[in-house]
Amino acid sequence: MKNIKFYIGLLFLITIFPKEVWAQPTPNPDTANWMTSPGIVGTILLIVIVLVIAIFILTVKASGYFAQLQKSGERSKKNEFNERLLEMDEAEIGTILEKRRKAVSYQLTSSELGSDLEVEDSRGIIAGVTHEPNNPLVDEKKKSPITLDTPLPLKKIITWYIGASVFWLVFGTLIGQYLGMKFVWPEMDSISWLSFGRLRPVHTNAVFWGWASLTMIGLGHFVITRTSNNTLYSYKLAWWAWWLMNASVAIGTLFLMSGINNGGGEYREYIWPVALLFAIGMVITFYNFYQTVAHRKIEEIYISNWYLLGGLGWTIILVVIGYLPMYQDGLGETVIQGYYMHQGVGMWFMTFTLGLIYYYLPSSLNKPIYSYSLGVLAFWTQMLFYTLIGTHHFVFSPLPWWLQTVAIVFSAGMLIPVVAGTTNFLMTMRGSWNEITKSYVLPFFLVGVVFYFVGSAQGSLQAFRFTNFIWHFTDFNVAHSHMTMYGIITFMLWACVYAILPKITGREPRQIFVGMHFWMAFIGLFAYMVSLMVGGSMKGLSWIEGEPFIQSVILMQPFWLWRAIGGTLMFISHLLFAYNFYDMTRGLKKIPKSPDQKNPAPADAGRNRLRTKNEITTN
Amino acid sequence: MLDFHKNHKLLVGTALFGFLVLSILVALIPAFQIQKTQPLPTMEAFSEEELKGLRIYVEENCMSCHTQQVRNIEMDNTWGNRPSIPSDYYYSKQRQDVWRQSPSLLGSERTGPDLTDVGKRQPGMEWHLLHLYNPRIVVKESIMPSYPWLFELKEESKIKESDYLVPVPRKFINSSNKKVVASQKALDLVSYLQSLKQAEMPKNPAVSFIPSSKENKPTANAGEAVLPDGQKLYMNNCAACHQADGSGLPGAFPALAGSAIINDENPETLIRIIMEGYDARPEYGVMSGFEEILSDEEIAAIANHERSSWGNNAVAVTPDKVKQIRVFVKSLQQ
Repeated sequence: MKNIKFYIGLLFLITIFPKEVWAQPTPNPDTANWMTSPGIVGTILLIVIVLVIAIFILTVKASGYFAQLQKSGERSKKNEFNERLLEMDEAEIGTILEKRRKAVSYQLTSSELGSDLEVEDSRGIIAGVTHEPNNPLVDEKKKSPITLDTPLPLKKIITWYIGASVFWLVFGTLIGQYLGMKFVWPEMDSISWLSFGRLRPVHTNAVFWGWASLTMIGLGHFVITRTSNNTLYSYKLAWWAWWLMNASVAIGTLFLMSGINNGGGEYREYIWPVALLFAIGMVITFYNFYQTVAHRKIEEIYISNWYLLGGLGWTIILVVIGYLPMYQDGLGETVIQGYYMHQGVGMWFMTFTLGLIYYYLPSSLNKPIYSYSLGVLAFWTQMLFYTLIGTHHFVFSPLPWWLQTVAIVFSAGMLIPVVAGTTNFLMTMRGSWNEITKSYVLPFFLVGVVFYFVGSAQGSLQAFRFTNFIWHFTDFNVAHSHMTMYGIITFMLWACVYAILPKITGREPRQIFVGMHFWMAFIGLFAYMVSLMVGGSMKGLSWIEGEPFIQSVILMQPFWLWRAIGGTLMFISHLLFAYNFYDMTRGLKKIPKSPDQKNPAPADAGRNRLRTKNEITTN
Repeated sequence: MLDFHKNHKLLVGTALFGFLVLSILVALIPAFQIQKTQPLPTMEAFSEEELKGLRIYVEENCMSCHTQQVRNIEMDNTWGNRPSIPSDYYYSKQRQDVWRQSPSLLGSERTGPDLTDVGKRQPGMEWHLLHLYNPRIVVKESIMPSYPWLFELKEESKIKESDYLVPVPRKFINSSNKKVVASQKALDLVSYLQSLKQAEMPKNPAVSFIPSSKENKPTANAGEAVLPDGQKLYMNNCAACHQADGSGLPGAFPALAGSAIINDENPETLIRIIMEGYDARPEYGVMSGFEEILSDEEIAAIANHERSSWGNNAVAVTPDKVKQIRVFVKSLQQ
């Protein structure tokens, strides 16, 4: 079954190769039929997929609501019954009542199955008592009943990593929001520290290194200890890394705003001493994780840890290559830039987040991952293909033509790990679709998985030479990067945070706020994405037609406005997320340091081991 | 043997080694190779001022909106006469200092125009300074940030002989009795921008654009030459200073609407100004010539657009007339 799917995927690849990838230099395309080109049709299809899924989620939710409405219909039937009673004659009622009295007067002693003791919920199993069961404001979600036994130092580390990242998310997207508004009102301020050129890297670096990286590493600490069935190798090292990475982002932000940057290469705008702080933090984390895995108490290395260790190790190599100067004069820098900016996304954010999903998704569903082997296939193809495609950011540039061609070919090859990963996640979710209505975590996962497929496949299409004519240099790129860094990475990280934090702090967020967070982020992203995609395409077409450049600025105005509106929704959702984080963790300090937190009760330890085993036993 | 799932050393070792090998193949080797590129003999190194300007260009991260690469596809012909080649970046992309690496000038977003050839396209000092002080002085629809911190506001009495005054219209200055003086930083930046010109290729160009399959330039239709779109050419070449509505900018660029030169029945002065540039009136900025940039047909189309728009009304110019004048101008230069 699996093999067949793989071959179908391969066949699909082969059919699109000759047309696009081996095409020789193409002249300016005939833009009259641009809508029917494979790249564009593909992209539109992909976006429609997201829409369909969103509608699916909405329908499921709505049907739950209608089911409730039906119940109130049943009530009115009762009333009809009452009226019928009134119409009956005395004798008839008399016999019925007599029968009933006899039935009713029969009584159990009320202690046949139990005792006379008063009912008491001493273990706190009953949760979420509601006084108005028929009219809740939103659908009641399943609570996460298990409080995992986690050593307090680890709890603190995870909470502080995520806490810092929440700060950087709010800060970074506040900057992003401000930048988006500058497209509409360029005269908002004229302070050098707040000018567009300087603030843009502040936004990207804060959300990359501050938000996504810190959350990932925080969540990774839990996965690495849990799946190694052991404690963390060193808590102290984790704290060192925390300080170094936060310091790097804070200092880097100040430097960028004061005009000191490394040369404007995207995602390596921090000058090397600042980036070095971050790199040391990465090395420490890698060492800590590696030692934890090396001291694992089970034989197998769970697939998540492949991705976590791979992601950390690859990124360390990447940063070193990105910053060493010997080969970076002239266009050497550009070769490295394409390699670096793409691998930063692919080898770090994507790889590490995939590792997190391989743990948090099956554990939220309480079942094993669908296929271990698909995960392994995706891991090695991720390394093989992703590494080679950086130059697709410089198609038609003065970089060597062969390098561009390699990048385009393997961009198409990226469909293999993407399809493998998506299949794995969807098959894991299969059979648990009804869980989506009951959980506030799974919708985030579902959106993340769908965007994983859609965003990545769309990226592959965007690398083709034809699509480069229309989209390169336009706002379409910005849409694509938000679709992936936000739609995939950020949604996945939210899912993981909501999945784990309540379990280690014992406090759940208010579900209405989680719901608002989800929908505002999703609708905001959609508005952001679609407006820039449509605007970007029109901009590209205007350039191909040879219209004056300023024309393309004028035509973008309404789309930039919509982008700012979408961005606002996204930003508000982050404030809600920050509140939810506060809500989930405010009790953490008060947790008494009980002895059994360090040494879990034997029964619990047994269960833990069993769970871990379940997770790695796959078909 | 291949027990990756049980042997962490093997797993991590293989993953890191594999990635390193691929990185060397796809990044390090090509980077080392392309770094060996030498400059064209026609290229000149930066002057000290221009180099300082480049530093400011990087400091303000102009690369986040402006590209500097002419791709080898026809739509990029707007930005340069030939596609960019690795040699073009020999002088500009050198390591800046111990702390900062070679700047990423190629860029990935074209929110603003490409700047590869801006020195040829937009040569005027005044224009650049006004545009930096507030882009909306010269391009109404621009969304580029203003850079007031590259300028000083001085009272008239304190202005020195050496100060470079920028003719900013009143309504763009907040304090009404002060004048705008360009700082050294602004002057450096402008001299860098003015230095951005594509170097001539020696001999036959080895690189050329991938030609357009579409519109095969409307060639002579039964003897009658069809001129290119004058309005488009005007927008691309002239409107930044003289404005789309021909109104110019008082104190910097003369108005074309109602201009005597343009409405003159004999187009010779007009065409010579387009070709040779103009610096006869001290109250306006310098205009440089378009002799090298525009063809006879293009000049005729622009002249005709100017002669028939914004209330101007003069007879059309033919490419032949432009050709005659070009020959005459050439003979003057010898």
